[in-house]
Amino acid sequence: MPKITFKIDGKQCTAEDGQNLVEAAADNHVYIPTLCHMKGEKCLGTCRVCMVKVNGKDMAGCTLSVSEGMEVTFDTPELNDKRKALIEMLFVERNHFCPSCEKSGRCDLQALAYRFKMHIPRFRYRYPFFEVYSKVDKLMLEHNRCILCQRCVEFIRDPDTNRKIFSMRNRTNKSMIQVDYRLANKMSEEQIDKAVAICPVGAIIKKGQGFDEAYGQRKYDQHPIGYEVDGGTNSK
Amino acid sequence: MAEQTASNKPVVATISLAGCFGCHMSLLDIDDRIVQFIDLFELNKSPVNDIKKFTKRAHVGLVEGGCCNDENVKVLRYFRENCDVLVSVGACAGNGGLPALRNKMPLQECLVEAYLDAPTAELGKAIIPYDEELPKLLDRVYPCHEVVKIDYYMPGCPPSAEVFWDTLTSVIKGQGFDLPVELIKYD
Repeated sequence: MPKITFKIDGKQCTAEDGQNLVEAAADNHVYIPTLCHMKGEKCLGTCRVCMVKVNGKDMAGCTLSVSEGMEVTFDTPELNDKRKALIEMLFVERNHFCPSCEKSGRCDLQALAYRFKMHIPRFRYRYPFFEVYSKVDKLMLEHNRCILCQRCVEFIRDPDTNRKIFSMRNRTNKSMIQVDYRLANKMSEEQIDKAVAICPVGAIIKKGQGFDEAYGQRKYDQHPIGYEVDGGTNSK
Repeated sequence: MAEQTASNKPVVATISLAGCFGCHMSLLDIDDRIVQFIDLFELNKSPVNDIKKFTKRAHVGLVEGGCCNDENVKVLRYFRENCDVLVSVGACAGNGGLPALRNKMPLQECLVEAYLDAPTAELGKAIIPYDEELPKLLDRVYPCHEVVKIDYYMPGCPPSAEVFWDTLTSVIKGQGFDLPVELIKYD
């Protein structure tokens, strides 16, 4: 692959031509926050937290491929506030009660809110009602915490048939993830662990395994999210 | 630190609404700084000293817990009227916290489940408690900022003693309220 150069906030960066912008930025030690994009996987573009400005337009960074001479604006007060507002909307959309959540301290959404120094969402809480789905033998779906990133929909598939185990149901504010419980009951332990791990919030919970890490020793207790990319230099 | 007379010390008031007093415990967790606290601040209405009514206007009011009944709303408005700066403390004041788990269902269902259909309810004799002395429950639990204007928020369940100290000292100095990232926790 030929190398190209592009700029993020005036910083000269190099990447492979056509590389995903979020990944190219990470290679150049710029952390663009995401909740749906996973390295090496296809782009989902659902969370929009990776918003950047290219050619004067706000765009989801994970949907872009870098090209020679591209100029990306990322760290401006306006864009940071927009990103923060997106995070806040996710918090008010459903019922995110961190003190009672198994994923607290390991949750990407919570960690990003910390990074953006969110004290309280600026929007009004909706308090919708969603029932917990627990018919699968080893999994629970806690819809109250779901942010509909669709990672589980795309990246967890039945190994024999390649069919999706999780899928989307309904529209607008009634959208929710549903699970094919017959396929889900056939999931291996590793696949269940993967599903729990890739969920950026605590919406997919493994039964019988709750608060197994002590406060202070969890993933984001030690370092803020994105630390491995930017070493904590960029706080936004 | 210069000794301040009782008359010109900043006045602090605290209250617990629909909370568990965990935030007050966390405030007391400031260890030996409690001595500094007494030097720096004057505590007015608070469960800590059991002063029931404001005897003077407070500079800072710390509110723990959300509003789950009419009594909470009354007390919160009383605080807003008597405090220059009102700080919402902890998860319950900010988003309703655990009491707000009932927001997903109608109030009637909660009361029936708790008092009539409870496994320990006496058959045929169970009633939902009512008395004019009892505060009336609201249809749902409201975060404090949906009831009155709140100036600052302390996240955490509870916010750590450091957060309390940082907030109190910076608010009193009239500085902006900027918590370092490592102190922002929601659990």
